Amino acid sequence: MYGGGYIFEEPNNRQVREEKIHDEPEKLAAFEDRIARGEKIEPGDWMPAEYRRQLIRLIEQHAHSEIIGALPEGTWITRAPGFKRKLALIAKVQDEIGHGQLLYNAAETLGKTREAMINDLLSGKSKYSNVFNYPAKTWADVTVIGFLIDAAAIVNQVANSKGSYGPYCRALERICYEESFHLKQGHDAFIELATGTPAQREMLQDALNRWWKPIMHFFGPPDKTSQHSEKLMQWKVKMASNDDMRNQFLDMYVPKIWELGLTLPDPLLRKNAETGRWEYSDPDWDEFFRVINGGGPCNEERLQVRKWAEEHGRWVRKALMKPTEKHTLPVA
Amino acid sequence: MLNNAITDLMTKMADDELIQGHRNSEWTGLGPVMEEDIAFSSMAQDKIGHSWALYRIIEENLGGRQADLFAFCRPENEYKCCHLVEYPNSGYDFSLMRHFLFDQAEAVRYESMLESSFEPLQQLSRKVKGELKYHTLHANAWVMQLSKAGEESYDRMQTALNEIIALAAGIFEPGKAHEQVLIDAKVYPGEKELYNRWLDRIYPVLVKASLNLPALESITPAYGGRNGQHTPYLAPLLKEMGEVFNLDTAANW
Repeated sequence: MYGGGYIFEEPNNRQVREEKIHDEPEKLAAFEDRIARGEKIEPGDWMPAEYRRQLIRLIEQHAHSEIIGALPEGTWITRAPGFKRKLALIAKVQDEIGHGQLLYNAAETLGKTREAMINDLLSGKSKYSNVFNYPAKTWADVTVIGFLIDAAAIVNQVANSKGSYGPYCRALERICYEESFHLKQGHDAFIELATGTPAQREMLQDALNRWWKPIMHFFGPPDKTSQHSEKLMQWKVKMASNDDMRNQFLDMYVPKIWELGLTLPDPLLRKNAETGRWEYSDPDWDEFFRVINGGGPCNEERLQVRKWAEEHGRWVRKALMKPTEKHTLPVA
Repeated sequence: MLNNAITDLMTKMADDELIQGHRNSEWTGLGPVMEEDIAFSSMAQDKIGHSWALYRIIEENLGGRQADLFAFCRPENEYKCCHLVEYPNSGYDFSLMRHFLFDQAEAVRYESMLESSFEPLQQLSRKVKGELKYHTLHANAWVMQLSKAGEESYDRMQTALNEIIALAAGIFEPGKAHEQVLIDAKVYPGEKELYNRWLDRIYPVLVKASLNLPALESITPAYGGRNGQHTPYLAPLLKEMGEVFNLDTAANW
């Protein structure tokens, strides 16, 4: 998991930064040529300040999503039913923390330290995927997350792994490899409930009903309202449009859900045979923005947990520091 | 008689690892640094994996109940874990010191079973020994590092050691009549012997870390767990652990 397609940004900062792109036209042209040729940009290479800033924001949010995303599932590790599920879930959530670590390292190559990123997460300045601001109420929620949220994240991450920034792409390649196992364990646990007792099926249907809206929100607002410039696409920071990724996800997974005799809480959900695109009801984008700005059911709880971890671990981090050591950024 | 004694021994080993693994897994997402989060998750998987392997030996070789049912559906007083593993994680200092003392005890125990007359245990010990090597390496490195990293950190380590030592000594609660049967049959060398080997193992590390081992004559080991008498922390842990599984123990999850 867990990077969503949506990169949050305070809208009022954009104008100024767009202008700065054109500071060094020759270097910029060479840089854009390299990207157009499919070359990867590496940490020591020249890059426009705006490219650096956008990437830090993207990778940082992705990293935060990994460590915050570990929380709703993590609370079910101690309750996972039976040895097989318990061991799989610990391993899976552990992987997510590991992904966070890889991604923070990738973002650090751009000049922002892990501590600075964590501080921005805790202060609310830096966001993470909205989907983790919803509660995991039952075991069935864990299977829905493990199957469908991971599946959605893979759509996004596979796309991003073909982007232009070398360290991020390499981190994503490894992440996607592990994610494909996560998807299998999520799918397996999901199917177990779907083909289980009536109570298990009911539990699963209930979870699916509650998670459908956050899942539809996962890839971000519709393209027609999305605030991101074409520049990000040209620079291969953003690799696919929100609607395209959402459509790809629906195409791959809605039939799998319907096949199991489960329903989705949207009477208008259907694939248009002529356009090949999925149609659906408006998934309440007001709620999406309300949640991303702190108004979701679990925003506060998630940050409180992270704050607890930061505060209680401070003495350990302090003890690890040596006065003679200087912070150096990783190269890749 | 011998089989009952072996079942008893393996149940307490398995219960220790299951509950310690549960506690380790509670660090997932909450560690002081991400790397420690990952380390405790790793050890949680190993511990829970060892307990599963032990329960399966009980099931397959000693006529015990199905491993999941045995692990997750017993009444509290049938658990044989020691009090040390039942305590909540508290802070990283407590968890780390517990990890150090517990894993050194595990290492000593499994090493003593490399020559066990009970074949399945002998085989399992060979596998587990390789994993425990990393657990003890991890514990030693962190205890050493934190004890040498300034006053606050040192004090925390010493305080944790003082708090935990009696609980840790409780790992080696004498096993009554069963134990002599196991010693005579060369299944393992007995708790008293393991306790002494454990002291030989932890002492040099504590000395290197400049930590003072409290006077052992003055502590009262926390016994009772091996007989099903537990701290108030175990019951809620078991309730949580079995919460989903016990919704329907006949269903597949």
